[in-house]
Amino acid sequence: MDAATASARLDAMLLIRAYEEQLIATTSASQPGTCTSVGQEACAVGVVAALRPQDRLISNHRSAGHLLARGADPERLFAEVLGRATGYCGGHAGSLHISAAALGVVLTSTTVGGGLSLAPGVALAQKLGAQPDGITAVFFGDGAACQGIFHEAVNLAVTWRLPLLYVCENNQWQAYVHRSETMPGEHVADWVQGHGLVAEVVDGNDVEAVHAAAVQASAAIRDHGGPRLLELTTYRQRGHFEPDDQAYVCATEHARWLARDPVKRQAERLMLDAEALAHRMVQARGRIEQAYAAALAAPWPQAA
Amino acid sequence: MPLMTSRQALIAALHRAMAVDERVIFLGAGVATRNPGLLSAFGAERVRNTPLAEASIVGCAVGAAAMGLRPVVDLLFSPFLMLAMDALVNSAGKLGALSGGQFEFPLVVLAQTGAGWSIGGQHNHNLEALFVHVPGLQVLMPGTPADTAGLLTGALGQPRPSLLFSDIGLAHETADITGDEWLLPGQAAVRRRGDALTLVGYGKTVGHCLTAAQTLLAEGVAAEVIDLRSLKPLDAATVLASARKTGRLLCVTEASGLCGLAAELCALVVEQAWRSLKAPPQRLTGPDRPALASWPLEQAAVPRPEHIVARARALMQTHEAF
Repeated sequence: MDAATASARLDAMLLIRAYEEQLIATTSASQPGTCTSVGQEACAVGVVAALRPQDRLISNHRSAGHLLARGADPERLFAEVLGRATGYCGGHAGSLHISAAALGVVLTSTTVGGGLSLAPGVALAQKLGAQPDGITAVFFGDGAACQGIFHEAVNLAVTWRLPLLYVCENNQWQAYVHRSETMPGEHVADWVQGHGLVAEVVDGNDVEAVHAAAVQASAAIRDHGGPRLLELTTYRQRGHFEPDDQAYVCATEHARWLARDPVKRQAERLMLDAEALAHRMVQARGRIEQAYAAALAAPWPQAA
Repeated sequence: MPLMTSRQALIAALHRAMAVDERVIFLGAGVATRNPGLLSAFGAERVRNTPLAEASIVGCAVGAAAMGLRPVVDLLFSPFLMLAMDALVNSAGKLGALSGGQFEFPLVVLAQTGAGWSIGGQHNHNLEALFVHVPGLQVLMPGTPADTAGLLTGALGQPRPSLLFSDIGLAHETADITGDEWLLPGQAAVRRRGDALTLVGYGKTVGHCLTAAQTLLAEGVAAEVIDLRSLKPLDAATVLASARKTGRLLCVTEASGLCGLAAELCALVVEQAWRSLKAPPQRLTGPDRPALASWPLEQAAVPRPEHIVARARALMQTHEAF
């Protein structure tokens, strides 16, 4: 890993952080709240950096990180969240179902597990000719893994040897319920052994570890066919949906994970002091504030 | 011109579609095993047996459709659609519009339903209207082999998802097939001309309406019989033209009545053909209970020609009262 690449990954995470903090700050009656991925930025940046243009991504309700990491324009993302005509989906999607076909981010479904049901079909279409050397990366959480469709879809992907990278961001929270209440063990990866799906558990708050694992897994899919699963252990620092007072969150656990913040980790790796990191964040915020202002000024779509 | 059942006509039409368009694939539990002709012609990549797991079969088809393939999915029996609702309703039905038109979903889902095989309420359930209520879906229920072949071909060329229901009660009826059937969704067929009253049905109730029309003709009442074939898009123009001509409408469905197609057609003529009506529009429908297996109990749930005749006679006599 060279320093310039590591530094660029820090900036990519800071852009996501600044984007979501902007939406948190401006949540109001006229700007609906969003499901943020604060604390999970390393998952998005690490995995997406390992993907190629011919690959396809399937996101979910916490999509901002995946989209920005793939190169989405923050102004068009804000415009979509604000319901403006210049949004990626013309304002039809809002924050919850943002797809951007031009970026290869397809079929974002907000029903938990919805993307898991569609992913084998996207990968099948790639294999049958759409992008013969492409793979599909589907992002989901521990909550979606508790849906029955997860096991149906994994079974299909393994049986049909589909080029599918399952990316489970195990963020410990399933809406308002902690994972420890809904799963007998800590890891989704343990479940898929029986399906014959090769799985690896990775520190999801270490962007370089995530990236290395994603490079390896995607190369295995391209070289040998068949799906792989990465389980990225991480933490949802914010509530399920903004605003959320998080009164149900254990303060000790929350503090432990804040100490493992992925942005902080990468800054330490780069030996940036607090002032230098703050300076980088100010730069990211500047870009984000400009994008938000432009999106606010964008026109509303015409009602048919 | 060979005689074929609706299923044979459907498979023949699918064979033609797969031959001219390599984007067409066929998915379902047994589609390869039970259609060796398709399998040998197009191979196991395009004719795919699946697990008995409807949510993932339809989800896979929806994802593949968005990527440019044209999947045809055989879900066997209509109640099994309930296991695939997220993919059908939330994904195929909505993601085209929610994405601002970035994706299209040219897929066709096949399912059988209706009385005729004593197979019981978890294989036989006429829940067409439930899907008519879902934005983005087309709902088709042809009653003849030619229309089945035509609507499959027509639906496959559309950018939106279609459900194609086949009536179990008509499974053994055969008819001549030309081999070039093509029918766009949204066109009803007038099966018999008449000027005294309009009978509307789809699937097996069309035949019952035609039988009733014979009896009524002997009594001097010329009934017009319309086969909807396509429930969404609905051919309102054909129904309205007939209702304006006859002034009397009787809608006959095997599906239950509450919030159903028959209610929709009655509302349509009340709203748009009120001044032409000579009597209140009527519904004759199946009951609001699951289909029962025993032959006489199953058959009793379907409007019969004698019921249609009785309701038509009453309708003809309500002229003064209205």
